[in-house]
Order: sequence, then structure tokens, then C-alpha cells
Amino acid sequence: MNMGPDVSGNSILPKGAMTMSSSNCMRRVTGAIAALGTLLVSMTAAANPVPWQMNLPKGVTPISHEIWDLHMAALWVCVVLGIVVFGAMFIAIFRFRKSKGAVAATWTHNTKMEFAWTLVPVLILIGLATPATIITRNMYNATDAEMTVKVTGYQWLWRYDYISYDGKPVTKVPTIWSRLGWDSNRARQLDSGISPWSVVDKQTGYHDYLLDVTEPLVIPAGVKVRFLITADDVIHGWWVPDFAAKRDALPGIMNDAWAKVDQPGIYRGQCYVLCGQDHSAMPIVVKVLPRDQFNAWLAARENPAALDKAARTAEVTPQKSGPEPAKG
Amino acid sequence: MSSTAQAVHYEEHHQSWFERWFMSTNHKDIGTLYLSFSFLMLFVGGSMAMLIRAELFEPGMQLMQPYFFNELTSMHGLVMIFGVIMPSFVGLANWMIPMQVGAPDMALPRLNNLSFWILPFAFILLLSTFFMPGGAPAAGWTMYPPLVLQGGEAIAFMIFAIHLMGISSILGSINIIATILNMRAPGVDLLKMPMFCWSWLITSFLVIAVMPVLAGAVTMMLFDRFFGTNFFNAAAGGDSVMYQHVFWFFGHPEVYIMILPAFGIISEIVPTFARKPLFGYKAMVYAIACIAFLSFIVWAHHMFTVGMPLGGEVFFMFSTMLIAVPTGVKIFNWVTTMWKGSLSFEVPMLWAIGFIVLFSIGGFSGVMMALVPADFQYYGTYFIVAHFHYVLVGGALFSIIGAVYYWLPKWSGNMYSSFWGKLHFWSSVISVNVLFFPQQFLGFAGMPRRIPDYNVAFADWNMVSSIGGFWFGATQLVFVGVVIHCVFFSKQKATSRVWEHAYGLEWTLPSPAPHHSFTVPPVIDDSQLAHGDVTH
Repeated sequence: MNMGPDVSGNSILPKGAMTMSSSNCMRRVTGAIAALGTLLVSMTAAANPVPWQMNLPKGVTPISHEIWDLHMAALWVCVVLGIVVFGAMFIAIFRFRKSKGAVAATWTHNTKMEFAWTLVPVLILIGLATPATIITRNMYNATDAEMTVKVTGYQWLWRYDYISYDGKPVTKVPTIWSRLGWDSNRARQLDSGISPWSVVDKQTGYHDYLLDVTEPLVIPAGVKVRFLITADDVIHGWWVPDFAAKRDALPGIMNDAWAKVDQPGIYRGQCYVLCGQDHSAMPIVVKVLPRDQFNAWLAARENPAALDKAARTAEVTPQKSGPEPAKG
Repeated sequence: MSSTAQAVHYEEHHQSWFERWFMSTNHKDIGTLYLSFSFLMLFVGGSMAMLIRAELFEPGMQLMQPYFFNELTSMHGLVMIFGVIMPSFVGLANWMIPMQVGAPDMALPRLNNLSFWILPFAFILLLSTFFMPGGAPAAGWTMYPPLVLQGGEAIAFMIFAIHLMGISSILGSINIIATILNMRAPGVDLLKMPMFCWSWLITSFLVIAVMPVLAGAVTMMLFDRFFGTNFFNAAAGGDSVMYQHVFWFFGHPEVYIMILPAFGIISEIVPTFARKPLFGYKAMVYAIACIAFLSFIVWAHHMFTVGMPLGGEVFFMFSTMLIAVPTGVKIFNWVTTMWKGSLSFEVPMLWAIGFIVLFSIGGFSGVMMALVPADFQYYGTYFIVAHFHYVLVGGALFSIIGAVYYWLPKWSGNMYSSFWGKLHFWSSVISVNVLFFPQQFLGFAGMPRRIPDYNVAFADWNMVSSIGGFWFGATQLVFVGVVIHCVFFSKQKATSRVWEHAYGLEWTLPSPAPHHSFTVPPVIDDSQLAHGDVTH
């Protein structure tokens, strides 16, 4: 099981022939126990999805933390209101039973009560909506980004273009074509005979079925990155839950979102707007590298030939031209 | 009762079977047709749900190609919304409104016949798309362009079917408004009407206001797909977001079209079995009116991540949260109606209590997703799926089933087996939570909706959810048995009152109710009305 994002590097290469797992059930039971243990310790760990997960990830950006706090506040408000309302109802159900000889009262209104249960919800809602408004304003503030990446959704892959970094336009870095990893792609075919549990990230051990890509987006840690999000054919949705960066990718419209990730690691998400038959097969993987490693990686991308091999430790994949955007 | 005029029974009409079931203009027969049709559609749409849950039972693709899965989710939504929830509420309105306002029939009986008979043809058109080249529409029930425009010729059938359903709903609503405003017996003032009539009066105006909007949206889609226009094609200056705004301007009031009549039903059932008048009758009426108004100014909360300006996000967040206030009033009033009552728990009451709990859970998740930043993490995930299934299955469908259990003895003249009714309830209320509660966890964990295959981390809760789904689906077969037994085989005759504390004009009629409900206006005794003595 994945115990959180990791920085161990080269994880996206094809992993060779997969074999059918013969012990899915055992694996799942033991996996579930292990995961439950992890969950009990830290239900909210910044992590990619784990079995039996029951709550939002806390995420790794300031915005995702604010949202998580708001989410928990709203959740607890709902739990308390639920206890009050259902509690009152079940007390009524057990106390005022005809079978216990209860005689019905005849009153039908109580102005004070009605006033109270109109006003109190208004106050609670204002109490939730006010911080929500502040967070929304922060989410909409993509100014002062040190880096801009353009994200384009296609049926069924993502294209990433670096636009600017550190105040300078980025022109020589090749486009990243990020499509479903080959292992997942083989396993997901109808009657493939390949178990989804056999698709594993070799470096991290994470079961990354349908969450692995041929080549991830790479961004530096500690840098405010602005994502310009659009689409080329139908509507897609770009979302990394741990960043709380999410926006519809609409043809003809450029949306933006931003994230400042301090913790290096591999973060995974999925397209969230129905985009056709392979909607479930266009994951998003973002690899966050420490800034110096990222700079080395970027330099290598700009001019792979001029670099010493040793400087390419942070390289993610061998250079190869990405696939053409597939249509239909 | 004494106020009832000479009952004119069906037998006296000498209609043939064909005349009765295909040419009828009688509100009860048409109500039966509506309810039977939606019952059939419940199993059509339910079969699709079973296939969906079967494919989602485990990760990996086992049963179908992904495109067929998308056809199933899209058609499941369209069938359940337009083929089950809406027609069954119209069916209940047909049966109950003339009896509740003291009228002989609906105001416009021939229109009534037409509005029903459009529906089977609409659904034959819609369901036939499964057998067409290119398959059924597969862009979700929301039919967002540009994706929907990639569909085959079937799109034209879907659009025409939606036009027909819209016409059917509008005609039905006109009829309900005309009946309520013109056919009330002397003494049945608007503010003495049963809540069910009130909820349908307001719902009817929503239907008339928004179904043409949907018709407009799908007509633009039709022109884009077949006649070369570019309303939604960005490459030619169109805007796919415009479709979303137009669609949800219809879609949000549509949500309330599917829940306001449920509020009416619950407001009838709870006082009967609490043996205590409905708490805050007028507040209940105003709350429904208030919800109906607000439903027109909240639509963009379905599209918070679309890239609206900040001001738009905040406006729609506040207007959405405002809806929680009148909705809360309704919940509080039902609970207070039970407080200091003399409760008994016959089958309809169980379903009403189930409704209150499940609908509230759906309402709570609704409040959470009204918060814009939180919705960014929820949007497009299974949390949304769980939310609207709690309000539509646990809410609307539970209220419909409760209504059938409440009024079936009045319709058929026979009592049903309360053992099987209770078994149906307990099995449903447990399985529906096994089905939908884990979907909230899946949504939090980040599982997108509308996917046929998923990462193994989502496997366990999906398997739990699927087990709940099969259980819930199988349980509904009990309902078929109970209804068929009650109508055709039950030996236990129902009294005219049926339930000890049931008030309202429908209970003054014999069971089964005569063919023409009130051939002369009943003389109203306020104590016989459900809300005859409203002092506040």
C-alpha cells in the first residue's frame, strides 16, 4: 500500500509482461487490514487513494488544507444537526407511541420555536459560508505565479506545455504527452486476463492501476504554479485532489488553477468530466521535484545532448516523442 | 360518508377492457396507467443499474465495453427521472387530487388521456436507441455537448423523446393547475387543501416554467448535430458552457419537481399516524413556495468548477445555502408533528420516517457541496452520486412507495399484507444505505463518477456498494408481489377511512373509490379535512 507520496523517481517505465494474480482476495484482505491500520493512525494523510479510505485527503497545498478544514467543519455541523434532528425524532418515536398509551396533543404551532429554527440555521450557514468565501477568493488568486503550465485535455490523454518559469518564457522544452500507462492499458481491456492488482508502481509499490501515465507532468516544489487548463475536443476535467487544483477543461475556453506544493512526491488524479468511452483511462500524474532537481531536469529537457549523464539523476523518462493525440 | 353523492361505479359504464385502458378519460384509470407505466420503468431503469453495479463490482472490465457502460448510465438517468419519478408523481396526482379537492374528475379529462399516452411512445423511441447503429446516447443524462454530438443518429431519437416527455409533463401540469384552481368543492379553500395538492400546485408551475427551457436546449443540440449550426461548437464561436447554463436553469427546478410532491406526501402520512394535525401548515406551504422560487436562482451550483467569475461562485453559494432554511423548516415541522403525538407504525409511516432520515442525509451532503471550495473537491465524484441518490431514491422513491402503501387500500378496496410491506421497508432501508453510504467514502477518496473501471484502492467500497445494490434491487420484487396480491387476491376489505386518524375528503369516499369521485360537490365539514382548522 502506498503510505504517502514518494520521491524515489523513475516509476513510469513500462514494466514488462504482467501475470494474473491468483490471490486477489488474500491480497485484498491483508491489504485492507494494513490500510485500515494506516487510516486509523492518520485518516487524513496526504496520499493517493488507499483501500477503505473514508475521507478527503488533507492534501499538500495551503488551499487543500483550508478546504479540508472547511470540509471537516461542515461535516461535523451536519453530524451534530443529524444527531439533534434524528435524536428528537427517535425520542418521539419511542416516547409517544400509541401502544404505550400516548394521547396526542392538538397544538399545531409554536412561534418561538419556528423563529428559532429559521434563524439558527441561517447563522450556521453564514458561519460556514464566510470562510468558504475567503477560501474561494484565495483559490481564484493565481497572481504572482512563478511558473505557468498549459494543460490540454484530449480524448483520452493530457498534453502539458511549459509556458514560463522564473520570469522567463520556456520555449525549448518539448511538450509532454501524458496518457494511460501501458500496463494499465493492457489490463483494462475487456477479458484481458490481467489482474488490476498486478499493476504496480515498481518504485513505490503503489497499486497504480488506471492511475499511471506514460509520462507525468513534472513541477518544482515550493513554487507557485499556475495551470492554464483547456481542451481540444470535448470537455474534460483536470484535478489533482492533493493539490485541490481542479478546473473544467473546456474547448475554446482557458481556465486557470494554481498550486504551490512544498512536499516533493508523486500525486495522482483523474479526469472528472465524462469525456467518452475512455473517460476512466486518462489519469493525471504530477511529479513534484525539489527545486534544484527540477532545474536539472528542465535543463536536460531543453538540451538533452549537452548534459552529462550524471546530471540527469532526476530524469523521469527517457526522451521519446509522445504519441499523437488520438481522435475517436 | 354522508357527503358523498351517489357513487357511480365503473361496472355501470359497460366499457370494454380496451376502451377502459386505452381510451379512458377517467382520472383513476389514467392514474393507474401512469403508476403502472412508472412501475415498469422502475424495473427497466433498475435493470440498467444492476448491470452498472455488476460491472463496478470489481476493478477491471468484466462484462461490457466502456462505451456501453456510458450508454447504461445515461439511459438509467433519463429513464429514472423522466420515466419513473415524474410519471409516478403525476399518477398519484391523478388519483388523489380530484378526490382531495372534492371533484368528480380532473378538469381536462381528454388532455389527461393525451398526456399519458404520449409517454409510452416517448420511451419506445428512447429505449429503441439501444438497438441502433452507434448505440444509445452515452454522454450522461445531462447530455453535455460537445461529447453528446459525437453520438450517432440515436441523438435525434433521444431529443424527440425528450420533447415528447416535456409536452406530456406540461399538459399534465396544466391539468393539475386547472383542477386545483377550478374544481375545488365549495369550502375547500386553498389554505385548507391537503399539502399534497399544494405541493403539486407549485410543482406544476415549475414544470411549465422549465420544461420549455430543456426543449430549447435540446433543440439547439439537434440543430448543431444535424443542421450545421454551432451553438455549442467553440471552433465556430459557439460555447459549450452556455448549454450547461441553459440545461441547469431547467435542471435545478427539475430537482424540486422531483421532490416537492414528496414533501406533500410525507406531510399527509406523518399527521395520520401521529394522530396529531400537521405542525405549521402554513409554514409548510410557504416553505414549498420559497423553495420553488429559490430553485430558479441556484442553477450554477452544478457547475462551480466551470470557471465562473468569483462573484458568480459566491452568489450561487449563498443562494444555494439559503434553500437549506425552508427545507430545514419542513424537516423540523415533520419531527414536531410527531412530538407529543400518539404514534403507530403502519407501513406508510415507516416509509415516511425512512424518507425523513434518508432525505436529511442527502440534504446534509447538499449543504456540504454548496460550499464552493469544498465542492471543488467533491464535484464530479461519487460523493455527488451518493448525494442525489439519497434524495432521489431515499427521498422521492421512498415517498412514492409510501404513498402507494398509504392510498392503495383506497384505490383497490383491499388491504395488503402488512408483514410483507414491513419486510419490504426494512430490507429497502438497510440495503439502500449499504448501496449509497459507501459511495460517499468513494467520492471523498477521489473516485470520479461515470467510470466503468477504477483503481484497486476503490475496490472494497465498490464491492460493498454493489452488494447493497443487488440487495435493494431484489427487494423491490417484494413490492411487485405485495401490490399484485393486494389488488387481485387480497380477501381483507379496506374500510372507507382505512387508517384510524386519516382525514381529508378522499377518506370520506368508499374503498374502492367510485369511478367518478364526487359527482355532486360534497358538503364540507371542516373536521373531516386534513387541515380544516388552520388558525395560524
